[in-house]
Amino acid sequence: MEDVVGSVPLTWYLVVAAALFCIGLYGVLTRRNAVSILMGVELILNAANINLVAFWRHVGPEQLDGVVFALIVITVAACEAAVGLALIIGVFRSRRSVDLSDIDLLQG
Amino acid sequence: MNALTTLGLLSPEILLLITALAVLTLDLIWHGERRTGWLPYLAVAGTLAAIVATLAIYGRGESILGEMMAADDFALFFKLVALSATALVILGARQHIAARARREGEFYFLLLSATLASMLATAATDLISLYLAFEFLSLASYVLVSYLRGDDFSVEGGIKYFLYGAVASAIMLYGMTLLYGATGTTTLRGIAEGLNRSAGPLASLAIPISIMLLAGFAFKIAIAPFHQWAPDAYEGAPTPVTAYLSVASKMTGFAVLLRVMVVGMGDFQPTWARVLGAFAIVSMVLGNLVALQQPNIKRMLAYSSIAHAGYIMVGFVTHGLDPVGFTGLNGVLFYAMVYVFTNVGLFLGIIAFENATDSTKIADFAGLFRRSPVLAISMCYFLFSLTGIPFTGGMFAKIFVFGPAMQAGPFGLLLAGIGVVTSVVGAYYYLNVVRTMFFVAGDASAPAVPVGRLVQIGLVAAAVVTLAIGVFPQPLVDLASRSAVVLGMLP
Repeated sequence: MEDVVGSVPLTWYLVVAAALFCIGLYGVLTRRNAVSILMGVELILNAANINLVAFWRHVGPEQLDGVVFALIVITVAACEAAVGLALIIGVFRSRRSVDLSDIDLLQG
Repeated sequence: MNALTTLGLLSPEILLLITALAVLTLDLIWHGERRTGWLPYLAVAGTLAAIVATLAIYGRGESILGEMMAADDFALFFKLVALSATALVILGARQHIAARARREGEFYFLLLSATLASMLATAATDLISLYLAFEFLSLASYVLVSYLRGDDFSVEGGIKYFLYGAVASAIMLYGMTLLYGATGTTTLRGIAEGLNRSAGPLASLAIPISIMLLAGFAFKIAIAPFHQWAPDAYEGAPTPVTAYLSVASKMTGFAVLLRVMVVGMGDFQPTWARVLGAFAIVSMVLGNLVALQQPNIKRMLAYSSIAHAGYIMVGFVTHGLDPVGFTGLNGVLFYAMVYVFTNVGLFLGIIAFENATDSTKIADFAGLFRRSPVLAISMCYFLFSLTGIPFTGGMFAKIFVFGPAMQAGPFGLLLAGIGVVTSVVGAYYYLNVVRTMFFVAGDASAPAVPVGRLVQIGLVAAAVVTLAIGVFPQPLVDLASRSAVVLGMLP
């Protein structure tokens, strides 16, 4: 198992992460639904996590900063989803919609 | 270094944390107006105690918690900025929040939490602690903006702020991971060394990484082109929160930006200085021009704050272009402190007016001078300071930012020129509010605007400090210069 993981070059991980980042960014920019945008953000955060762990293994597994960073990102992502969904519920209560096109009181 | 020293250097944060938790607990167990009325006093007392603790450890600059944080003068200065803003905002929030929300204790708790996050972020010298503190600040701010759950505008401002913020911070995080991969470390000092060691191959990464990091920082600062959330969040948020976002949150963004760019990516100064210079130009032009057409004073001040972010950025950018013999960086610090007292002071006046009339339309300010001369004159003074008229702190702030820029080659001269011209445009909409208050006849039968005691204290404090800086700027200049030296850039 160790050999299989070791034999995959760093670039592959980075390409997967970059692809995930692009998918997430595409979702964020094109979706009008607040929940879908939140999902796009989660994809970007996971892309960052893949980067962190891949780099950590590549540049120095003896130091723990990369994986610790990844763990912290996972925690923060959970907090962010909690706050975000609470806000989305708040909007749904007042508008009966989570579509950004309907959230248009503030303009100018 | 022993644990006791570390605790001593963290004492402002610890004091603030204790205060925040005390406010939250007492809010749960206290019932009735008579007792919860003490919560804002407790919150202000805790903030003032943290200010005293910050001043007590000034000049002891040390790296703590294994290079995760630095309790240096630069961080302490921005902690003072955030704490002063918080104290003033709490003074203004009491009446406003109590009249609009069911519970007000949580509001002070969130405000103190956001300030705690600001303080940690300004001190962070490691990508991990930086990201954590930054997200902490963001999460507290999202909730603060949508604090009035029954108010459609507040909720809408909150969700827009959240969606922009979540995307911006995710992109910033991706940039941070690339920086970690390129250098193999997460400390800013280590990153600087790593980038220096392999400057050749990494040079091509400098622009994309800078832009990704800037997405996060520039979002917090609300500088164009990452400003789209600001007008909506500022208008929708409860007015005390608007005041808080426009100073504390913005200046924390600047502190983080300065530290990361100067300490971590100092070698790529020519690259990011151009990018930030372009941001500054767009902000100054767009902020001032769009502010001209705003009928709502909160929205107008949102665009005005985008413009001011541009002015401050001029000081920072010209610093990047000419590292020798330049003092734009302490201009940035000076501007930050002045802007806190001026802008929050103006917002306190707006809060007093909104408490009485429930309106923030500029047209409704007509005849305010006749209704409440003292309130109108104090707001007028803060507007003069934002414009940069003599005998206000705002004038020196502009001089200290634009002055060095004028001596920093053609690009600096261009930035300063645009800054001066757009400031004149800014004078039009600031003085338009003054004109409305003093010379436009309002409803003749309208009663005087009552100003609550706490708001009065805040207004007087803000006006006295702004005037003191406007007459005797030297002490603040010394403090700002001393604090800026720590970043190792001043000669």
